[in-house]
Amino acid sequence: MYLYPKWIRIWHVLNGILFLILIVTGISMQYTDKESTSYVVGFAKAVKMHNFAAIVLTINYILFVTGNFLTNNGKYYRISKKNFLADLGSQFKYYSWGMFKGEKHPFPVTEERKFNPLQKITYVLAMYLAVPLLIISGIGLFFPEITIGSFFGISGLILTDILHITMGFFLSVFMVVHIYTCTLGSKPTSLFRGIITGYHVSDDH
Amino acid sequence: MKIFRFLIISYFILICNTSAPCAGVFSFMQDSQSTKDTTKLVSPYLEDNERCLKCHGQSRYEYTNENLGRQIKAMMFSERIVKRDEFYNSNHKNFSCTDCHSEEYTKFPHSGELRMEQKLNCIDCHGGDEKFAQYHFEEIEAEYKQSTHFKMEEEGFSCWKCHNPHSYKISVRNSSNLKETIAYDNAICLNCHSDFNRFQLLTDREEINIIQKHEWLPNQASHFANVRCIECHSKINNNIPVSHLIRPKEEAVRLCNECHSKNSILMASLYKFESKEQRRDGFFNGIILNESYVIGANRNEYLNLLSLLIFAGVIGVIGTHIFFRIRRNSKTINRD
Repeated sequence: MYLYPKWIRIWHVLNGILFLILIVTGISMQYTDKESTSYVVGFAKAVKMHNFAAIVLTINYILFVTGNFLTNNGKYYRISKKNFLADLGSQFKYYSWGMFKGEKHPFPVTEERKFNPLQKITYVLAMYLAVPLLIISGIGLFFPEITIGSFFGISGLILTDILHITMGFFLSVFMVVHIYTCTLGSKPTSLFRGIITGYHVSDDH
Repeated sequence: MKIFRFLIISYFILICNTSAPCAGVFSFMQDSQSTKDTTKLVSPYLEDNERCLKCHGQSRYEYTNENLGRQIKAMMFSERIVKRDEFYNSNHKNFSCTDCHSEEYTKFPHSGELRMEQKLNCIDCHGGDEKFAQYHFEEIEAEYKQSTHFKMEEEGFSCWKCHNPHSYKISVRNSSNLKETIAYDNAICLNCHSDFNRFQLLTDREEINIIQKHEWLPNQASHFANVRCIECHSKINNNIPVSHLIRPKEEAVRLCNECHSKNSILMASLYKFESKEQRRDGFFNGIILNESYVIGANRNEYLNLLSLLIFAGVIGVIGTHIFFRIRRNSKTINRD
């Protein structure tokens, strides 16, 4: 089943690479120490790489959102209120219990349903909440002069940075979980192959 | 949209309530400022000084030329002007002009020889005096003699090139507004380094374009507004209030993590007078947060710990999941 058009695959691979660069350089800036400059990217290099990767990621994100508006791909992210919690529960139950008992996938992948309910809510939160907040707070740190000086008596820069690193952290965790759940196909590599070739070969994920 | 607004505001309020009690952060600065109100002090030499300031207190002065028998109006040379408000707000506000200048100046017209008057330096008054022992003027003098500025002493460099005795006031030690202090202190450097006419008095070097020279510095404007030039251009000495060993440009700090790290040098320089509290509400170098925010230096130990716990938890869940998957696969293989 052809599920991932070329533009999605290009966006996805670029997004993945940029995220890895941003995680490594972000950690380098946050945890830099005078004594340990060699084991992570140096601060100056990290700043340049982080800024560059962030600009490309922002452009890539705009293209992703535009693509979702202009193509059919946006429909996969629409969450229906009907049975939302029940569906979420059955998917969670499948991952934590059912799949070990040989139960059938409650929401097999079809051309109409690319994501199961748990994937859908995670992807929506990641792509439509966390990434925009990450980008907006990143712009605030990139241009500190436009960041509000104080918010309820606390420096706007501190809040912006805490928001940025918190979103960065959650998206890093998301990436780890996302990579792991992508091994839950019929074979551990089948879903990875799918996002490279565009053809989905299993509905077990 | 309302939900987004609610989430963002709730998030900020949560951070405010849990991680950095705002009032606590800012009260430290106020508590530590035992500043006395000295603005109402009246110099005991006010009248004596006025004899000098009558002419030297502004750019235009008048005197009676006895030879011509009439009033003369003239412009005062800018270097000889002492502004009253600056002087009476300076550290030397209680001085009489003749404490430092010759008594001969009380006569007018001034003798031409007085132009050759030997000027005092800081150490001439402050050196060897128990009253000033805590400021370590002798060590400041020793540092100055090692600094790159001292090499220009023959060209006329002295303490007064940076510290105008008629207006100088201690800034960083008594600061209640660090941004103003930074601007004040940086203006001391820029007085020569951005004014080629003054710069030329001391050196034959070509004009320096400060902006261009610091082009490598990310967020240049932000750095210029939030740290002093001496943070990077002087060698830290914990024994004296402010480092006076200005290093040659080749030895200036260029490594970002000298400041952007847990053991930031800013704590031994710009924030040394406030650095009694190394951590505040979990933030490393928390005192910086009163005035600024330095990526890498202001990481929060609670958030660090929380993030490690969450990450460990996620890895733990994934590990457990993998374990059950392997167990299930081996059971399936055995069954087959």
